[in-house]
Amino acid sequence: MDIRRLKDVLARKVMFVLCLGILSLVFLIGAGLYIRSLPVLVSSNIKDIIFSSLWRPSQGMFGLAAFIAGTLWVTAIAMLIAIPLSVLTAIYLSEYCHARAREFVKPIIDVLAGISPVIYGFWGMVAIVPLVRDHVMPFCSRRLPFFPFASGNYTGFSVLTAGIVLAVMVLPIIISIAEEVLTAVPFGVREASLALGATKWQTVKDVVLKKARPGILAAVILGLSRAFGETMAVLMVAGCAMNVMPKSIFDPGYPLPALIANTYGEMMSIPLYDAAVLLAALVLLVVTVMFNVVGWKILGKIEYEG
Amino acid sequence: MEHRTHISTKNLNVFYGRQVILNNISIDIPNKNITAIIGPSGCGKTTLLKSFNRLLELQEGISVTGQVLVDGEDINDPKVEVTRLRKKMGLLFQRPQILPMSIYDNVAYGLRVHGIKDKKTLSEAVRHYLMEATLWDEVKDRLYKSAAKLSIGQQQRLCLARGLAVEPEVILGDEPTSALDPISAERIERKLLELKSKYTIVLVTHILRQAKRLADYVVFLYMGNLVEHGPAKEFFENPKDHKTRAYINGQFIEEPAP
Amino acid sequence: MDKRHLEENVFKTLMVAATLITVSALGFIMFTVFIKGLPALSLDMITKTPQGGYYIGKEGGILNAILGSIEIGIGATALALAVSLPVVFYLHIYRKKRSIFSKAVRFFLDVLWGVPSIVYGAFGFTAMMFLGLRASLAAGIFTVALLIMPIMARSIDEAMRMIPFELNESCLALGSTRWEMATRVISRQALPGILTAVLISFGRGIGDAASVLFTAGFTDSLPSSLFKPAATLPLAIFFQLGTPFPEVRQRGYASALVLTVLILVISILARLLSKKFVRNIVK
Repeated sequence: MDIRRLKDVLARKVMFVLCLGILSLVFLIGAGLYIRSLPVLVSSNIKDIIFSSLWRPSQGMFGLAAFIAGTLWVTAIAMLIAIPLSVLTAIYLSEYCHARAREFVKPIIDVLAGISPVIYGFWGMVAIVPLVRDHVMPFCSRRLPFFPFASGNYTGFSVLTAGIVLAVMVLPIIISIAEEVLTAVPFGVREASLALGATKWQTVKDVVLKKARPGILAAVILGLSRAFGETMAVLMVAGCAMNVMPKSIFDPGYPLPALIANTYGEMMSIPLYDAAVLLAALVLLVVTVMFNVVGWKILGKIEYEG
Repeated sequence: MEHRTHISTKNLNVFYGRQVILNNISIDIPNKNITAIIGPSGCGKTTLLKSFNRLLELQEGISVTGQVLVDGEDINDPKVEVTRLRKKMGLLFQRPQILPMSIYDNVAYGLRVHGIKDKKTLSEAVRHYLMEATLWDEVKDRLYKSAAKLSIGQQQRLCLARGLAVEPEVILGDEPTSALDPISAERIERKLLELKSKYTIVLVTHILRQAKRLADYVVFLYMGNLVEHGPAKEFFENPKDHKTRAYINGQFIEEPAP
Repeated sequence: MDKRHLEENVFKTLMVAATLITVSALGFIMFTVFIKGLPALSLDMITKTPQGGYYIGKEGGILNAILGSIEIGIGATALALAVSLPVVFYLHIYRKKRSIFSKAVRFFLDVLWGVPSIVYGAFGFTAMMFLGLRASLAAGIFTVALLIMPIMARSIDEAMRMIPFELNESCLALGSTRWEMATRVISRQALPGILTAVLISFGRGIGDAASVLFTAGFTDSLPSSLFKPAATLPLAIFFQLGTPFPEVRQRGYASALVLTVLILVISILARLLSKKFVRNIVK
């Protein structure tokens, strides 16, 4: 056979195999983690693992509830802060901003997206922890002595701190996807609304946002997924107190990813410990993949219709 | 028939950056008549139309000099409330631009935007204007379903109902039938002929026969310049400019040798 | 009438405030990094490795971590490129745009992009155990490559989407095979875009800690062999910040500054390249 054609066919086959690899990678990862976490799944009930808050590996107890709660607190706080900020910014960038201002803001968002998580953790430790400890918490414990503010933790290392840091980390993802979705809304519907005598804001609120709603939802879901899985930054500021269920935004929390990262050193020393930790990783994988699948499916549909 | 001038332009120039889109246009649009703006593609017809309701200013880089007067008032004056002006002008787009809502909400949108919230008033208006647009019978059983499911001809009639619901004085049409099938196109044309007794209508069209069917008054634009304008009968039977004659007869328009 | 405009003005103010908060967050972070890091930075920091007792305040620097990160970064980027480039080429040249296969691959790449880095780290760890490897430079390279591959593939894909398709047709019409077309014509056009993707991925790779935590281990010596543990900047920062000794923490601040500057420079380079790319595409 002609050597040119041979090259072509060979290249094609190699590339195809690589593509197959990508299609199967997620499942490979899931399978690998599942196999390694089998020992603990076999020895304890899955319900016990998820709902028990007793984490005492040396006694064979592997309850993940406190860690799941920690993740939920931190993620909820982060999203509460990030969603309004990012959606408002995205609307401003896509509908109201001058071209020059947009040229200035968009690179800044890209840089925010590229900052290392350890640096975010550093910033959290050095700037946000003192802020919470010295200003926010004293203020709240004086004026708002009730749930979810009352707490006995005065260190500043809390789910609130982690939530604030995480919110900033998640902003770029939500903003960039939401802004893309908003700009993709066709010009014609905006014209039609304005031609009826609506103001720009009415057009944005009742027409553009309506059309962009699924896409913005997808952006939020993808941001949520990111917040769920972030390890380093929350590890450094969330407090990581063992076996504590957070009852206040100022309480320390121990999110699931932080658990996985912290127990690295001791994993192999206690039986079933490594299986439990890898089970936690598997849970993280399953949850984030679910969020991602939903989010990307929505965005895929929009691209198809648009 | 009143012959009051409803809209007029005086020395209207429109630029996109340095490029001239409309050059020194001065015309009068007569009240409660159908005026057709005709000419080959890309010669500024839509630009002229959109200067009447100030939709032009949405695009970056556009600058306008000269005056556009509606009922004698310059609409580009900064003191003019643009949303009130646009309420006076209804616009039908070439491709029906339905809003992402139900059929009911589409028609009610204009009213809601201007502050009318009373459910009874809204329902009455929706029914009335859908009937005006001859769409009522086809949609009365699915008012709350999405408007996207309608056929393109129905969508354009929906847009007409929506536009009429805000009670404009002028109906602007940017080639409103060119995307439709012949039957829907005919329905819209017939409706426009009925509506001219109540509204001033300005239509942009590149279909000469449509202009002949509908127009009382014709404006002919070529390459951004006003070539000729006048009452339809005279325009089509006795064109004065050679370019007009060429265009009406379907020939290429030749510039005279320098 | 006034009510509408009032509402609009309220929201406009909120929107501008939100944007300002977002922008100043970056300013706040950069300010913190420089203010804390600059005073602690010394030449020793970046030219020496940790001497005995470094973590309790004695002499040394983080050269081990800087070199370790760079080596892992380069290795991982090369490995990820070796997979991403063929895959993306394949999708653009050998498959139609709307084929189910392309959509599936792109979809899974997007999902992989969202997998947390700690999960990649945990998986890398299980793979390591399975293959009988210990914490090593090689394991770190492999895991980080997994992490950055989706990012790189996405960026290259977006760069290639901007290349006009007619280029493909004219090549084929002239009788070349698809492979030849890929390597000669498209690469040249896509080169700046590919470089940008490489830079962005490199930046993400050296900044991540969770993926190397389990896999690359840590050591105070310079990276020597592929099968020995290697230090990384993010972990060095993490460890230094976690000690009770203020002098060591200060050095942690300086290390954070080094990492930030490194990533900033890469970001700026990537931006400049991508602008050049957009300008040079055949129209």
